[in-house]
Amino acid sequence: MSALTVSKLCKAFGGLRVTTDVNLNVEPGERRLIIGPNGAGKTTLFNLITGELTPDSGSVHLHGQDITAVPSRRRAHLGMARTYQIITLFARDTIVRNVTLALLGLSQERWNPLSVIDRNTALIDRAHEALQQVGLRHVADRPLSQTSYGEKRRVEIAMALAQKPKVLLLDEPYAGLSIDERRDLQETLRAIPRDVTIVMIEHNMDVALDFAERITLLHFGKVILEGTRAEVVADPRTKEVYLGH
Amino acid sequence: MSSTSSIRNVVLAAAFAVLLTLPFWMPGIYYINVSSQVLFYAIFALGLNLLVGYGGLVSLGHAGLFGITAYATAYLLTMGTGHILAILGALIISLGATAVFAALALRATGIGFIMITLALGQIIWGLAYRWISITGGDNGINVKSRPAPFGFDLGAPSEFYYTTLIIFLIAVVVVAIFVRSPFGAALKGTRDQPRRMNALGYHVWAIRFWACMLSGLLTAIAGVLFVYYTQFISPQTTSLTSSAEVLLMVIAGGPATLLGPIVGATLVVVVKNVVSGYIERWNFLLGAIFVAIVILMPEGLVPGFARLWRQGRQALRRRNSVALAANVEPKPAERKP
Repeated sequence: MSALTVSKLCKAFGGLRVTTDVNLNVEPGERRLIIGPNGAGKTTLFNLITGELTPDSGSVHLHGQDITAVPSRRRAHLGMARTYQIITLFARDTIVRNVTLALLGLSQERWNPLSVIDRNTALIDRAHEALQQVGLRHVADRPLSQTSYGEKRRVEIAMALAQKPKVLLLDEPYAGLSIDERRDLQETLRAIPRDVTIVMIEHNMDVALDFAERITLLHFGKVILEGTRAEVVADPRTKEVYLGH
Repeated sequence: MSSTSSIRNVVLAAAFAVLLTLPFWMPGIYYINVSSQVLFYAIFALGLNLLVGYGGLVSLGHAGLFGITAYATAYLLTMGTGHILAILGALIISLGATAVFAALALRATGIGFIMITLALGQIIWGLAYRWISITGGDNGINVKSRPAPFGFDLGAPSEFYYTTLIIFLIAVVVVAIFVRSPFGAALKGTRDQPRRMNALGYHVWAIRFWACMLSGLLTAIAGVLFVYYTQFISPQTTSLTSSAEVLLMVIAGGPATLLGPIVGATLVVVVKNVVSGYIERWNFLLGAIFVAIVILMPEGLVPGFARLWRQGRQALRRRNSVALAANVEPKPAERKP
């Protein structure tokens, strides 16, 4: 059974069709890269998969379960986590509190109005573990406002990993990173265990190529091409659509 | 850091001692009564701060909820119910009203939320004026007596003060725990990044709704204390001016802080009751104070003074370390080329 199946997904904003009959089949443990030029509808596709946008037609299945009508907050409980292309963190809190919020989101404890978070050592430990995974444990107590852009990108990923997702959606995780930071992040992503299925959007093909097993090429909201890394790279349509002339 | 927190503990202990002994050294009943007012308005402001400060939801209709509780208490008492039944009934009625308020106002956030709460508050005000068979219209409703549980007569100023103080302290403790709790953190999360909170698995609407309910409960408790304090309720209490006044307390003191609303309530009630005895245009003075706060400390008095304190300490430390460095500076002759 596929980890994530998208069938005949359509979405239009007024007259602008941003997603047209998109089919996607991602196997468990797969590393899938979605590429395409600006405005190809990559992030919209993510928003449709996570439920932040409602599709006009088509369906989304997570491990065989139809989640098309499931509200997006419930999808997190079903094992779907995402990061954002534009950093969406809690700027007034510390790094560890950001990750703690991600952990609480999936726990019944999130409704508790009468306990003190900082005394919940089990929870804080788990947050530290997630930060260890992305190499930020040593700065866990630093306010987010005092961290670098590259570190914020890692916090995004730590929050998603903390939720122990089955399907992880990464929206341009390399955006805006320096060469060194990219290399570190590649290591981090490579270390994610295979029970997590990863779908990654990346605008910049160079950094993401060696990560992907299969690549889907989007253009004007349509799937132009899908195949193994070698196939897609070799295909003339990739060059034409994506890499330029 | 630790010295700052120990200083804070000393200040809090001193404030507690002052509150505890207040009726013994206050010069006269009038000032004890003003102190009671400060305390129940502080409960009101603490309740509003949950929404304004921690939830990022600015309400201009809270005086409506406050008024509903006061009217319900007074009306039930005139119906001949006992004090306990009147208080419980009023709390239940106002929680029901809060639920309706929240369900309607949470259709929107930001300016939309403000406008809906404003409209709801005005509806309550209109009802208070026009539904004369229930509210007595402009004449309001009188409350004949305060309760006297176990012979502890709340009719006396000190007794009323101590009752208010106990309820106030409970409210402070409850809010202090709440804002450090997972639910409190979730509420702050919905203020800062609602979209992310939703993606993380939180029910943003439900979090906001229950925050409204807790805010409404504190408002209602303050409303009961208010109606027993003044022993009278009229439409004026539910007016937009009253809503704005409590909002002013929160913003002046410092939203999203525990002490801010308390400081703000003290400021507004004291200016209104004490300073107005000396300055006829006290409203003007209150406005001037507010403008000064906005210009000098836009984050509110409590965070503002905390900032000044930190900056002062840093400047002092820097000067000390500069002086220290000057002392150990090697003499020019000893310097290596």
